Amino acid sequence: MDVLLPRSLDEALALKARRPDAMPIAGGTDVMVDVNFGRLRPPAFLDLGRVPELATIRQENGQVFLGAGVTYAAIVTGLTAFRPLVQASRSVGSPQIRNRGTVGGNLGTGSPAGDALPVLAAYDAEVVLRSQARGERSLRWDAFLTGPKKTAIAADELILGTRWHRSRGPGSFSKIGTRNAMVIAVAGLCLVMDEDARRVRVALGSVGPTIIRATDAETQVSAAMDQAGVWQDPTITLANEIVDEFARLVASAARPLDDVRGTAAYRRHVCAVLARRSLAWALEGRRRPAWL
Amino acid sequence: MVVRTQVNGERREAEVWPGSSLLTYLRDGLGLYGSKNACEQGECGSCSVWLDGALVCSCLVLAAQAHDREVRTVEALNDGQRLHAVQQAFIDAGAVQCGFCTPGFVVSVADLLGRDPNPGPVTIKEALSGNLCRCTGYQKILDAVNLAASRLKAAT
Repeated sequence: MDVLLPRSLDEALALKARRPDAMPIAGGTDVMVDVNFGRLRPPAFLDLGRVPELATIRQENGQVFLGAGVTYAAIVTGLTAFRPLVQASRSVGSPQIRNRGTVGGNLGTGSPAGDALPVLAAYDAEVVLRSQARGERSLRWDAFLTGPKKTAIAADELILGTRWHRSRGPGSFSKIGTRNAMVIAVAGLCLVMDEDARRVRVALGSVGPTIIRATDAETQVSAAMDQAGVWQDPTITLANEIVDEFARLVASAARPLDDVRGTAAYRRHVCAVLARRSLAWALEGRRRPAWL
Repeated sequence: MVVRTQVNGERREAEVWPGSSLLTYLRDGLGLYGSKNACEQGECGSCSVWLDGALVCSCLVLAAQAHDREVRTVEALNDGQRLHAVQQAFIDAGAVQCGFCTPGFVVSVADLLGRDPNPGPVTIKEALSGNLCRCTGYQKILDAVNLAASRLKAAT
């Protein structure tokens, strides 16, 4: 077993090209668990912790680029304008885990329970990949996350980070688990309101083989807000039937399984509850537009 | 492979299997047994140390990732003469039962009080959410945090 310790992105990409079997490791909060329990014995590790290019956040032309090596602790203090992402980041593990864990790790692991992933899905984010041989390419989040712990990354590629259009509007991330810390979500939900597109976007985590967008619910509630004039006048109340239908459509978008953390029926119920709460928070937020 | 680090202000090195964690390197490589090995999955916080000043679970750091970096462990907290205020507060508040989780808690509390000398109850609970006490002696641990905070404030 070898450990490769590149000190720049170019060096890291050259090493990955030469050793496509090398397992990238950044925070180690997923990878090391499998190593410690004897489930993972890669021929080599590629430590990305010393690659400065990966630990950057850039905002330009209405877009945000979040480097794969930015830790959850750094997001909480550095990206305060992105409330759902901050909420998701702060719900990851514990202080020790947030000091190490990265968004690149959530993406690379590709678990449907990765807390940052529903937020990236609701942001319509793309994943930026690079290889030495073919250069850079970007895949929409749903083209990148192809299944439970499966992604579209090629063996010689590294995840550079993720990029999304900055939109105006309230939003939140919420998750259900047995306690507030150190919890793998039973279900997680991110709701974002895009004021300019007049569109509500909802993404679900931990309730399917991968992250799910509740597109029927998005279309229903966005149109209902249009019809009722809520987009123009946030003081108008959305009828109860519309909220009920939204919650029902979000729950029906889930494709949950029974497992040790919860039953499929419970997960579906949780989705409806989180959908209703998130919609109420966002509508309330629009009445007090602190996000403007 | 040989991993070279700066541990508690001293240059140290030890040979470890390349898949070893920083915790294994500290305990089996360097004989620093203060950091405890319990869950090996970042769940319990018993192995908490500082890596380049950041509080981490040493079981989730690949030893090689700490190569040429600075590590600070619970062993560094007392100055050789006197216990650290957090350690003394744990004794005085009776915050130690079986004692296995104590080094991890002491490190996390020292980290918290280093950043926030006057933490409220919610801040304390969030800061300690990555440390588990299976004896469930949490109330006295919280008492120890407040005692250490008040003593550190009185001393400055």
